[in-house]
Amino acid sequence: MKIELSVNGERKEADVWPGESLLFTLREKLGLPGSKNACEQGECGSCSVLLDEKLVCSCLVLTAQAQGHEIVTVEGIAEDDRLHRVQEAFVQTGAVQCGFCTPGLIVATVDLLAHRPEPSDDEIREALSGNLCRCTGYQKIFDAVRLAARA
Amino acid sequence: MEVFTPRSLAEALRLKAEQPSAVPIEGGTDVMVELNFDRARPEALLNLNEVAELRGWSRDNGLLRLGASLTYTEAMAAPLSEQLPALAEASRTVGSPQIRNRGTLGGNLGTASPAGDALPPLLVEAAEVELSSVRGVRTLALEDFLVGPKRNALEADELITAVLVQPSGARQTFMKVGPRNAMVIAVCSLAVSVDQERCELRAAYGSAGPVTGLVTAPLDEVDSFPERVAEAASPIDDVRGSARYRRHALRVLAERGLQRCLT
Ligand SMILES: Cc1cc2nc3c(=O)[nH]c(=O)nc-3n(C[C@H](O)[C@H](O)[C@H](O)COP(=O)(O)OP(=O)(O)OC[C@H]3O[C@@H](n4cnc5c(N)ncnc54)[C@H](O)[C@@H]3O)c2cc1C
Ligand code: FES
Ligand code: FES
Repeated sequence: MKIELSVNGERKEADVWPGESLLFTLREKLGLPGSKNACEQGECGSCSVLLDEKLVCSCLVLTAQAQGHEIVTVEGIAEDDRLHRVQEAFVQTGAVQCGFCTPGLIVATVDLLAHRPEPSDDEIREALSGNLCRCTGYQKIFDAVRLAARA
Repeated sequence: MEVFTPRSLAEALRLKAEQPSAVPIEGGTDVMVELNFDRARPEALLNLNEVAELRGWSRDNGLLRLGASLTYTEAMAAPLSEQLPALAEASRTVGSPQIRNRGTLGGNLGTASPAGDALPPLLVEAAEVELSSVRGVRTLALEDFLVGPKRNALEADELITAVLVQPSGARQTFMKVGPRNAMVIAVCSLAVSVDQERCELRAAYGSAGPVTGLVTAPLDEVDSFPERVAEAASPIDDVRGSARYRRHALRVLAERGLQRCLT
């Protein structure tokens, strides 16, 4: 079926299988592989995007459900050629190791700071509880969030 | 496969009547996992996200009407969280922010898992489920709606449209046992309320029987209530825990819940 989507402020068209997830469409049809596919069952958060400004797992959104709604992926976070302050903070604190979890964590952190500009550690923990990282042990990720909040 | 996206409840009910095999999808947090893993290939999906009548909640003469599309994130927000505090607590334990932003009450009822976290707090508050079809509207007590593990009383042409609750105003709480605070299916869970006005103790357990079960007792039987709750449950041994552990945990949760509600 033909679907029209608004991704990072641009109108896009795709021919999708009716049961297709938004994650699959973004990665395989729209050339936006920033959102990662690790579990396809909502457990890891590496596919996190904003749907109408809400943080969601794109693997659990039916592409057809996203029609008529605004999608922001990690590709839409940076401003022009400049990294977003959250991305900058992840780089500076060494919160990126293999990098597989990073896009999801960036989107989740942007969402957190939009609602809570100065989050407590518990608020950070709860806000990022749906994003798994197998490399960093989360400490550097916490540092990155705190740095971005201060920036 | 086809996807239907009705723009009104009337259209949704008509589509469901015409194609009873169409699988409703709200937040998709259960349905999409089935699709992604090739476990389900329905002929059609009925996307309910654009049906405004199912969204949000309202209050009429004290009766709360929670739309089937109410998300956990919405159930956690004031002022609804003040009306149904145990439901708000339970909602906060569901999955992660991503899951809570999409997952709905209607979906939790549709799945009717014995581990469904919205179910114990709603049972304690004597909630009713509103079911609609082109034939009309009926309401069922939640106990009667939950007929077995992952089985509910929905007819093929019906949709869940709302959950109806008259908030008791009773002190209430929800507790869930699992290896982490986030992202866990309950090993077991318990909602407890102490209703001073009606002189009643109420508790509903999850993940400790084929369906979420309700236990009630008069207010003066506080001391024996934890044991009653543990005995009423019929837990099994599985990968998440043993039956013996679950019974023990329910006893402890009941004690703690009563403590919280009585002090
Ligand atoms: C990572 C992850 C973590 C989770 N954690 C928890 C947890 O902690 N606690 C918990 O209880 N659940 C959990 N779940 C399960 C799920 O999120 C919940 O059951 C949720 O409430 C489902 O809502 P939904 O809107 O996403 O349902 P959907 O997936 O859209 O639908 C679920 C079922 O209900 C049916 N349905 C939906 N709406 C209607 C309607 N209006 N009328 C009739 N039938 C309908 C659908 O056909 C389907 O059978 C988790 C799921 C994931 C992926
Ligand atoms: S790929 Fe979506 S949560 Fe893991
Ligand atoms: S950096 Fe490797 S998974 Fe997080």
